[in-house]
Amino acid sequence: MKKLINEADNVVADALAGLTAAHPGLRVFPDRGFVMRADAPVAGKVGLVSGGGSGHEPLHVGFVGAGMLDAACPGEVFTSPVPDQILAATAAVHAGAGVVHIVKNYTGDVLNFEMAADLASDERIRVESVLVDDDVAVQDSLYTAGRRGTGATVVVEKVAGAAAAAGAALDEVVAIGRRANARSRSYGIALTACTTPSAGAPTFSLGPDEVEFGIGIHGEPGRARGALAPAADLVGHALDAVLADLDPGGDPVLVLVNGMGATPLIELYVAMGAAASQLAGRGVNMVRSLVGNYVTSLDMSGFSLTVTVLDDELARLWDAPVATAALTWGEAGRWP
Amino acid sequence: MTGEQVDSALVRRWLSATADAVVAEREQLTQLDAAIGDGDHGVNMSRGMTAVREALAGSSPGAPGADLVLAGRTLISKVGGASGPLYGVALRGAGRCLGEGACTGPAELAAALRDGLDAIRRLGGAAPGDKTMVDAWLPAVVALDAAVTAGRPLAEAASAAAAAAEDGMRATVPLRARKGRASYLGERSEGHQDPGATSTALLFRALAGVVGEPAG
Repeated sequence: MKKLINEADNVVADALAGLTAAHPGLRVFPDRGFVMRADAPVAGKVGLVSGGGSGHEPLHVGFVGAGMLDAACPGEVFTSPVPDQILAATAAVHAGAGVVHIVKNYTGDVLNFEMAADLASDERIRVESVLVDDDVAVQDSLYTAGRRGTGATVVVEKVAGAAAAAGAALDEVVAIGRRANARSRSYGIALTACTTPSAGAPTFSLGPDEVEFGIGIHGEPGRARGALAPAADLVGHALDAVLADLDPGGDPVLVLVNGMGATPLIELYVAMGAAASQLAGRGVNMVRSLVGNYVTSLDMSGFSLTVTVLDDELARLWDAPVATAALTWGEAGRWP
Repeated sequence: MTGEQVDSALVRRWLSATADAVVAEREQLTQLDAAIGDGDHGVNMSRGMTAVREALAGSSPGAPGADLVLAGRTLISKVGGASGPLYGVALRGAGRCLGEGACTGPAELAAALRDGLDAIRRLGGAAPGDKTMVDAWLPAVVALDAAVTAGRPLAEAASAAAAAAEDGMRATVPLRARKGRASYLGERSEGHQDPGATSTALLFRALAGVVGEPAG
């Protein structure tokens, strides 16, 4: 294992120290396990808290700031945060208007956020949850834990954050978040596995000409293995999977081409080029896009593709100003 | 019948022996989890049970129920993932069932561990055969209950429970996971032993170990 770390057991704490140093607009509470925008609680505003295992940076700490999350709770690498830290963050950002938890659908995250929400209700804080489950590689059935939360988390956190910033009430923020999730689907393909600092070895191994289809973001293997193919073919495979489950029906879409952590940006743009031309070929109208490393899996190489079917309100909320470590754009919106 | 008493000292020895076992098996638990999950079960269980040992060391022995509640709360607070809350509510549930008494017996312990299992099933929603810790915990509780009801000595009952947990653990190998992260793999989860069932087997083997040895 070759990593830019001090000690494997201190990676999360050391990274939070760096986050503090780099971003004076954030307050980091290392002992209580959360990162908060420095001006929280924001008077009258619904609070937004998310969190999850570390190793997916910039998710979630990189999305804390004006127009997005009020706080994020990083767990150990690939391990959900614990109820104590989620409760502490929830109480810290609560400004009287309630708090929304944005939770990726993994058993551990769901259990720990549920327990924290229970504890918060004991403190008379109204908490509602938005579950993100956009990954079409997992069958949503009684026989699985349900679809995983992946790339769409960025979209949900952005539009819910914008709604809260605009003064929406708790129920409205929740409705926006759930609608963004319901209109989003993702699919990921890995070229290599990833190595957690504590394990020290890759979680699975791929031959030089192999890719893993339908991967998640925790280094877990996907549903099938196949041969490496040109980017256009891999993007086509991902688009087939996404659009089989999500029919834009003539509505415009937002497309996120997300890197898994170790894929050069030039390759992500290769993938975006393929996605744009194939979507046009299928008659799908891409009106917003985002390319980069947003929901990563440590040093995994590969990408995920997320499509969100927009309506006017979601597009407006996506365009609304945001100022975080990882997403920042101004009054005019980012597009084009 | 001093050998049949379940007191604070026994519960503390049990939890400490469980900590030793998960620390010793950290690599194996991690390997099992890497195959069908995300490879953090060994690390999380080691961190959690080590924290349990420290929490107990910082409190005075009193009631076995209080020790289990403290252990459960510590796991909920320190571990994260799914295993923290699941083992946490199990030990907390078992502790609440035992109540405040300084001393209790095999039948009460068996009932408490059944309450622990119920807490796991309520929180996680897993059924037998879903390839989870329930597949080791359920046969262990059934075996413990049966042996205690039949009037067998606690040491023998705990050995039967440990053996049943280990059988249940091995029986997860061919199963297809229907809960937790392994369920994402579908049929590719078959052929692997469930890491949660494996750590549960360690918990019951540790119990058999401490009730089988003379009290220190």
